[in-house]
Amino acid sequence: MSLLVNTATLVEKELRTEFRSRELLTTTVVFNLVVLILFSFAINPSVEESREFGPGLLWLAILFSASLMLQPCFLREQTNDTLSALRLAVSDPYAIFLAKLMANTLFLLLTEALMLPLFAAFYNVPVLPQLHYLLLVLFLGSLGVSVVGTALSAISAVARLRELLLPLLLLPVLTPVLVVSATVSVSLLDRQPVVQWKGIAFLAIFDLIFLTALWLFGEYLLEE
Amino acid sequence: MANFTPTGLRFENIDKRYGGLFALRRLSLEVAPGECVAIAGRNGSGKTTLLRVAARLVRPTAGTVSFTSGPAAGNVSERPGYVGHAAMVYDELTAEENLLLFAKLQDIPSPRKRAEELLREVGLLERRDSLVRTFSRGMRQRMAIARALLRRPSVLLFDEPGTGLDPVGITWLAKALREVHLAGCTVLMSLHGESEISTLATRGIRLEAGSIVADTIEGHAMRGILTLGA
Repeated sequence: MSLLVNTATLVEKELRTEFRSRELLTTTVVFNLVVLILFSFAINPSVEESREFGPGLLWLAILFSASLMLQPCFLREQTNDTLSALRLAVSDPYAIFLAKLMANTLFLLLTEALMLPLFAAFYNVPVLPQLHYLLLVLFLGSLGVSVVGTALSAISAVARLRELLLPLLLLPVLTPVLVVSATVSVSLLDRQPVVQWKGIAFLAIFDLIFLTALWLFGEYLLEE
Repeated sequence: MANFTPTGLRFENIDKRYGGLFALRRLSLEVAPGECVAIAGRNGSGKTTLLRVAARLVRPTAGTVSFTSGPAAGNVSERPGYVGHAAMVYDELTAEENLLLFAKLQDIPSPRKRAEELLREVGLLERRDSLVRTFSRGMRQRMAIARALLRRPSVLLFDEPGTGLDPVGITWLAKALREVHLAGCTVLMSLHGESEISTLATRGIRLEAGSIVADTIEGHAMRGILTLGA
């Protein structure tokens, strides 16, 4: 119960500080827009090409924006040493991770909610028929990105070359999530859509494994 | 200010190593309930590490830290109040929001009432709705102390509490520390030299290279310990 209460309190804090500064959301949304628009003009895909390559570009944009968003995740706790204050206050340090990954997932989903209609418009891809499955894939994929990214952000925040370290660590670990998410999305947006349940199950299991690993070992990531 | 339950602190053979570097070396120290200990030493002598080990923010490579009396005795999850170099509060939250956040995390009953009480005690009630990023260094230090006192800890740790404060700020801080100490709190504070704050200390120790080299309990003079002299 204490873990849930602490997590809820910290999620409220994350949302309040972000909506006051709007630093992450603004950067992420603008970056995503630029990537989508740039690719649509640079590649100028046909309808068939859009169905085939569009989801990959979408997930690439999500990955890049997630990297931007996750970098300051734990870094900004260092400015006033607020991470120490949190560690002193919470009964279970997992609450700190849970709150950050929930907030990161929410911010990513907000960004995707803004991006999806633009993606559909710029790439002429009908997303409405399979929207519910697409949202499920977006949720599971974004959760996977957030879980891994939040953990790696905690590691990179205390390392030298931290700006370089996070993307270096993030990309290899997230490759399975991105490949599967893109593949499942392609199938959903095909002329004859198919729901790849194995892919969706893979994403769910990936998320569960990393959430469990974070629960088991997260405390050590926060130690000095 | 409400009375604190006197609690002692025991450090037993503490080692803290960062790679090949010893920040603390076989350090043993017994702090009696209600003592106010000044910890002096040059930069890099281990003062901050000692305080962070006591706060359980840093895990020692070897040895143990424990509370020796009071309701916290034997409770490995109990944490002292800690005021570090930084204020440890959020710039994008108001003074009240910061205290409410930490009060809720620590499951303190009537968090809003407690936050208001502390803001009044540290003289920030009128600025309760101001964002902390608009605060001066002295005001941030007051916030830090308010945060550390939320749970009425029986042990308070201060890492160079006077750094960056003007004389008015130092006078206020000395008064606040005096009140807390007189109310029964055990205090450990790292200091650089003599000041209005150091006059509160009932005991002084000096660290060098992670070990205690002088202690007023063993007859060393407080002045010598604090001024890094002989």
